[in-house]
Amino acid sequence: TPRPQWPYCRQRCSYCSFNKYVVPAVDEAAVGACLAREARTLLRLSQVQRWVRRGGAPRGCWDPSAAARSHPPLSAPQRHLCLLRRVTLEANPSSASAPRLAGFRAAGVNRLSVGVQSLDDAELRLLGREHTAAEARGAVEAARGLFPGRTSLDLLFGLPGQSRDAWARGLEAALGLCDDHISLYQLTLERGTALAAQVWRGVLPVPPQDLLADMYQAARDTLVAAGFRHYEVSNFARKGALSTHNLSYWRAEQYIGVGPGAHGRFVPRGEGSRSREARVQTLEPNAWMREVRSRGHGTRKRVVLSPLEQLEEVLALGLRTDEGVPHQRWGRFSPHLSLEAVFGAPGEALDLQRQGWLVLD
Amino acid sequence: MALAGRTAKWWARLRSPCPAAAPICLLPRLPAACERQYSSRGKEKVDMSTYAVESIRNFSIIAHVDHGKSTLADRLLEITGTISKTDRNKQVLDKLQVERERGITVKAQSASLFYNHHGVNYLLNLIDTPGHVDFSYEVSRSLSACQGVILVVDANEGIQAQTVANFYLAFEAQLAIIPVINKIDLKNADPERVEKQIEKLFDIPVDECIRISAKQGTNVEKVLQKVIEKIPPPQCNTADPLKALVFDSTFDHYRGVIANIALFGGEIQKGHKIVSAHTKKRYEVNEVGILTPDEQQTHKLYAGQVGYLIAGMKEVTEAQIGDTLFLYKQPVEPLPGFKSAKPMVFAGMYPVDQTEYNNLKSALERLTLNDSSVTVHRDSSLALGAGWRLGFLGLLHMEVFNQRLEQEYNMSVILTAPTVPYKAVLSSAKLIKEYGKEEITIINPAQFPDKLSVSEYLEPTVLGTIVTPHEYIRKIIPLCQDRRAVQKDMLYIDEHRVMLKYLFPLNEIVVDFYDALKSLSSGYASFDYEDAGYQAADLIKMDILLNGNPVEELATIIHNDKAYATGKFLCERLKDAIPRQLFEIAIQAAVGKKVIARETLKAYRKNVVAKCYGGDITRRMKLLKRQAEGKKLMRKIGNVEVPRDAFIRVLKRQADK
Repeated sequence: TPRPQWPYCRQRCSYCSFNKYVVPAVDEAAVGACLAREARTLLRLSQVQRWVRRGGAPRGCWDPSAAARSHPPLSAPQRHLCLLRRVTLEANPSSASAPRLAGFRAAGVNRLSVGVQSLDDAELRLLGREHTAAEARGAVEAARGLFPGRTSLDLLFGLPGQSRDAWARGLEAALGLCDDHISLYQLTLERGTALAAQVWRGVLPVPPQDLLADMYQAARDTLVAAGFRHYEVSNFARKGALSTHNLSYWRAEQYIGVGPGAHGRFVPRGEGSRSREARVQTLEPNAWMREVRSRGHGTRKRVVLSPLEQLEEVLALGLRTDEGVPHQRWGRFSPHLSLEAVFGAPGEALDLQRQGWLVLD
Repeated sequence: MALAGRTAKWWARLRSPCPAAAPICLLPRLPAACERQYSSRGKEKVDMSTYAVESIRNFSIIAHVDHGKSTLADRLLEITGTISKTDRNKQVLDKLQVERERGITVKAQSASLFYNHHGVNYLLNLIDTPGHVDFSYEVSRSLSACQGVILVVDANEGIQAQTVANFYLAFEAQLAIIPVINKIDLKNADPERVEKQIEKLFDIPVDECIRISAKQGTNVEKVLQKVIEKIPPPQCNTADPLKALVFDSTFDHYRGVIANIALFGGEIQKGHKIVSAHTKKRYEVNEVGILTPDEQQTHKLYAGQVGYLIAGMKEVTEAQIGDTLFLYKQPVEPLPGFKSAKPMVFAGMYPVDQTEYNNLKSALERLTLNDSSVTVHRDSSLALGAGWRLGFLGLLHMEVFNQRLEQEYNMSVILTAPTVPYKAVLSSAKLIKEYGKEEITIINPAQFPDKLSVSEYLEPTVLGTIVTPHEYIRKIIPLCQDRRAVQKDMLYIDEHRVMLKYLFPLNEIVVDFYDALKSLSSGYASFDYEDAGYQAADLIKMDILLNGNPVEELATIIHNDKAYATGKFLCERLKDAIPRQLFEIAIQAAVGKKVIARETLKAYRKNVVAKCYGGDITRRMKLLKRQAEGKKLMRKIGNVEVPRDAFIRVLKRQADK
């Protein structure tokens, strides 16, 4: 799965700690071309195909035609890439007007994730978001029109000062608006962000642990009652509208990260390797572009994952989903030691099973 | 530049008429950063023969904590050119990391200074001493190698408890005492008042006091001159057979044991064969030198001089503090040794894992070589395995020791609650036979004999001296009474201040009395104490349970009157110190089967490290790994995870967290 990352934003949200840059002018064509180039290189290297998800928390402030330009190169060299099944775009409500969305759809996007975060204007201001609740509604409605059954929205809870009731109201509003997929995230205060600084200075209150637990529980209850399946720690879907893209991530399948700061996990078979690697692309966009131009890709770091590390990832990610870690998947990474052998023997895992925290079957 | 100027002047003077013929190779001192080049591995050596016994002065600086000993030492080092004069000279003699971090002197260091006065070159050996009440033992050891002391008193604070204690130590040792009033540069300084205090308490005439500012350097040179004038040279003879006192030692990984010695007779040099009076073992001297304050090799050391010696000692027990060294085939009457320091606080120390036992053993051996006031007994516990019970001079001493263990030896350990050495007079014939005597000392709470087998329990007591401005008396007296103390004396030392003497049970002051006293008196009250024997007491053993399982390291022996309050306190603090877990935790304090206090720690409902958003998995795996590492540092009591240093966390002052 190729995952292009667009590194530019018009402004930085108060809680954001991602690899994002705010610059006065962006040469979209150049960046787009580099993305395409890197994608091609890495696809050849990994021999991974299937589907594309563009964006990666932040959101397309992108000219749809630029998107189109980077698409065709993807499909050209590899014939089976025409079977590009799922192309997801993550978009900010402020840049998700109906015409733009239509443009993206024409370029080949067939799923949209809208970064709503909240449907309360005061909360949106606290988060430093660019849009209002009304704009968010408009974006979601437009998206649902163009991508019916394939629109997702993101929500944040646990904001400083947010009450249980405020969250309940937000959930109700979101339920009235949403399509069939919701991603729910607890706000995490990262060092270096404006919001964290405000909380640590004492300007904003720290959300108490028990309240956060209650909010999460309430969300779960509400969404499940509304027909959603809680298929991953942070993701809810109904009518089968699971994000197959993200599932590949939690199922420890292969994916390539394209763009500044993107990360990937794949076996570079194109080089003749048989080992799965963890890769990160150069963070700074200009440096990244230079590298892509000179050698085809801007991979900053590549680390071969040891079998143990791979298994740790399989476990940590798989346990986030409601399907867990199936024997078959485990067997791919651990051909000699089955799940029973590792987790059925006396020890902490067995104790956890006895206490009802883990299930092995 | 100051250094060059000084050095040149010296050399000029040194070339003038001088009894010994040998050329002088005095090395100029370079700033700390370059010191390595002139370590004892350097080729040039200092010639000590030029310093006749009459030109030697061995002295210490003693004072109450923070009155400016170490700063005065810095200035003396600068004036004599031992170190160059820069702004960066702050507590140069405090070499330990823990000393620099806390701003205290833990281990007394020495330095040999060269100073010219009225045409004569003098060798001044300065020994810096700790001021903290816990470390008074180090002070008496240093004093045994001196003939005089500089007693520093803060012009603002005046005489404090330790000023008095240290004065008596010096007075009893019959040393010359030079009173110095420091910090005269401060706004509230009142040197006249302090001079009167000195006269009243110590019987030293006012005109003998020197007023200085160590920080600014005012009058410091006068101090040096006074040292030369008033402190007598050591009474010894180079012609006598070698007699050297080991008054301290350090362990160096590469060179072995480095012993600090004071020569009371004779001379010593490389190649000499020496014998230890205590172990009767023979050694060959590899190196001798002086400390300036880093090691500097010399050809020889002569009677009356102070320096260091390396003689191939590898075992920690070979350089006993208080030992006498003499030449092979020339035995001498051994010098009176030191009475061993009395430990005031005991704590158990166990390796985190039994596989670390040997590493911890050697780390302890090395650290106790450099800190011989720590007593060490082997101990073991059902829960924690094989370990030790260590005796410290005080709580600060224990904390510092633990910190040094971590910083210098990279060892993490489990520490148990502090206890004091209780005694019990047994009444059960069976137990008397088992122990071999009627009165036993209980160091480990696990050894606490049951009430039925005991006719009397005894607790150690101390006589505490508190010096405080009189406006705090009304708060301090209730504090002492609350600690089961009995007032023995109260007198005014001047118009403003009172000295109180109380008999305290030792365990009441061991943990936080000092801090409470300080905060009640806004820091003005000072405290010092000395051993005062044992008294009968109503003692019980209190256990701390987590979900019914006892936490052995928190078991304490306490007085019945204090059981409830202590139990409640421990439970409350533990509630904060233990991280929430997947289930509820009942924290209880119990005496026998009876629960006397309880707190409940709720289960956590949501993992704090949820981190649900998208992002590089590597980052998340790192977080998970860090959590796992954190868990390894925990002890498991039943199924409850407890931080290894739980009891220190429980007892530490809130502000430190």
